[in-house]
Amino acid sequence: MIASYKPGDLVASRDGYGDGLVQLGENHPDIVVVDADLAKSTKAIVFAKKFPSHFKYMGICEADMVSMAAGMARCGKVPFVSSFASFLVKRALDQIRVSVAYSQTNVKLTGSHAGIATGQDGPTGQSILDLAIMRAMPNFHVFVPADYYETVACTQAMYDTVGPCYMRTCREKTPIVFDGVPEFRPGQSVLLREGTDASIVACGAMIGEALAAAALLEKEKISVSVLNASSLKPLDSKAIDREAQKSVLVSAEDATVNGGLGSAIAERIAENRWPARLVRVGVQDTFAESGQAHELFEKYGMSAQAIAEKLKNALKQERK
Amino acid sequence: MNDSEISSLKEKAYLLRQDILKMTTKAASGHPTTSMSCIDLLSALYFHEMKHNPKNPEWQERDRFILSKGHGAPAQYVCLAHAGYFPKEELNHLRQINSMLQGHPDRVKIPGIEISTGSLGMGLSVGNGMAYAGKMDGLPYQTFVVMGDGELQEGQCWEALWTTTFLGLGNVTVIIDRNGLQNDGWVKETKDPEPLAAKLEAFGFETITINGHDFREIIPALQKSRSAQKPLAIIAKTVKGKGVPFMENNPDFHGKALSPEQLTEALKGLER
Repeated sequence: MIASYKPGDLVASRDGYGDGLVQLGENHPDIVVVDADLAKSTKAIVFAKKFPSHFKYMGICEADMVSMAAGMARCGKVPFVSSFASFLVKRALDQIRVSVAYSQTNVKLTGSHAGIATGQDGPTGQSILDLAIMRAMPNFHVFVPADYYETVACTQAMYDTVGPCYMRTCREKTPIVFDGVPEFRPGQSVLLREGTDASIVACGAMIGEALAAAALLEKEKISVSVLNASSLKPLDSKAIDREAQKSVLVSAEDATVNGGLGSAIAERIAENRWPARLVRVGVQDTFAESGQAHELFEKYGMSAQAIAEKLKNALKQERK
Repeated sequence: MNDSEISSLKEKAYLLRQDILKMTTKAASGHPTTSMSCIDLLSALYFHEMKHNPKNPEWQERDRFILSKGHGAPAQYVCLAHAGYFPKEELNHLRQINSMLQGHPDRVKIPGIEISTGSLGMGLSVGNGMAYAGKMDGLPYQTFVVMGDGELQEGQCWEALWTTTFLGLGNVTVIIDRNGLQNDGWVKETKDPEPLAAKLEAFGFETITINGHDFREIIPALQKSRSAQKPLAIIAKTVKGKGVPFMENNPDFHGKALSPEQLTEALKGLER
C-alpha cells in the first residue's frame, strides 16, 4: 500500500517502485515482474510477496532477462524489469537496444541505486551513465522521479505509456517533495518553486539539494526557481525555454553531466540562442568513490551549498 | 509424412533457394549462404509444422518462430512471402531505401517477424519469454528458435539455454544450424563448440542430431519436440550455401551476394 509521509520526511524513492507495483498488480493481471537477484534492493520484492505467480527471479543474467521480457511483451504481458541501474543498463545495453527499443516492445525497465548517492558501494555500483545512455536510445521514455510519491506515479505512468520505458530510482533516502502521489505525465515538468533571478532544473536525488540551494540563496535575496524535470525524455521543452530566459540556469543531476539532463538543456539553449548562461552540476567526466552520499555530494560539487555557490558565481559573471 | 508431402517440400525449398539467390543479387548485398543452410529447416517449419496464419500474423495461438541468427533474414523473408504474409514483389527491394525488408529481421516493419534480430545471441531469450507467457496463459503454442553454431559463442545463448531448461520450457524448440562456418572462417578453428550435444545435455536438454537438409529427418524431429519430456535441442548438420556447388562450404562466401553472371550459373546448377 502507498505509505503516508510528510514533505521533508526522508524516504528512498526505490520504495515507491515496490509499492507502486503492488498498486498496479491489484488491477492488472498482465503485469509480470522480473529481477536479476536484486529484488530485495530494487524493492520488486514487495510485489513478489503479494503476487508470487506474477514474479520471477531470472538469475544474475541481465541480458537474458531483458530479451526474455521482450518476448513476454510480444505475448501481451507487461513486464517490469529491475536491477541496479549500473548493471541493467550496461550489461543488457544491446538487448535494450535490439529486443526492446528497436523492436518497440512494451517493456518497463527500472534501474535502482542511481548516481553517486548510492554511496559506499563505490563506482561500480554507482550508476552515472544511465541517463546519458537511455536518453540517447530511440523509442524510450526516461523518467527520473524526485521522491517516493513521484516514483509511485512514474511506475503507474510506465504501465499507462505503451512502449519502452526506463525509470531510475535511488537507494539513498531523500526528502519527500510531494504531498501525496502527484499526477505525472510524460513530457511535463513540475515547477516546485518560482523565482525571478535564476533557475535550477534538476531531477531525482538532486531535487532535495536544489530546493535546499534555493532556500540558501533566498537568504541572500536571490530568487531562484526550481523545476523538477522528472520526465527526462520527452523533456518539457516549453518549461525549459521559459526558465532559459533568466540570466542563469543551473542543471543538477546525480549522473555524468555529459549526455543527460545538463546536455539536453544545453542543446535547447544553443539551438534557440536563449539568454541563460548554463552551469551543469553533476559528475564531471570522472568516476567517484566510496563514501556517504552527503560526503560525495560535497566532494563532487553537487551539494546544496555547491549548487548555491556555482549559481552565485554565474550570476556575478553575468552582471559584470 | 508421405512421399508426396516430401516432394512438395523439396520443390518449395528449391523455389525458395532461387528467390534467396535472386533477391540478394538484386540487392548486391546480404547473406545467401547462411540463408541456404537453414532454408530446409525453415521450409519445414513454415510449410508443414507450424500453426500460423499469414492473414492474421498476431493470431494469439500461433506457433512462434525466431531467427536468432538474424543475418539469415533472406531465408525467413522468402518463407513469409511464399506463405502470403506480404507480396513476393517485396523481395525485389531487400535492403533498399524506403523498403520494408531490412537487412536483418525488423519486427515493426515486417509482418510475421516476432522480434528484431541481427545482433547475435538474443533470440532464445526472447523465445523463452514467449514460451513462459504461453504457459502463464495456458496457450498450447510451440516456440521455435533457430540459432547459428557460430552464434553459440555469444554468452547470452548459454544464459538462455540454462533458462529454457531451468524453467522447464518444453514449449521451446532449439534448432542449431550447424553449418560449421562463421563470418571469418571455420567455427571449429575460431571457437569450437564441441562437444555440443554433451554440453546441451548437461544443460538439461534432450538432443537429437539430424541432417538439416533431409525432410525425412527434419519433420520427425520437429514433431518430437512438441511432446518431448525435456526441452529438445535439434542439432541440424547443414552445409553453408547448400544447393549451389561453388558456394558450398566456402569460407569466403559469408556476407556475399552473387554477381548477375554468377547468379545465372548458380540457378542453372541449383539442386532440385
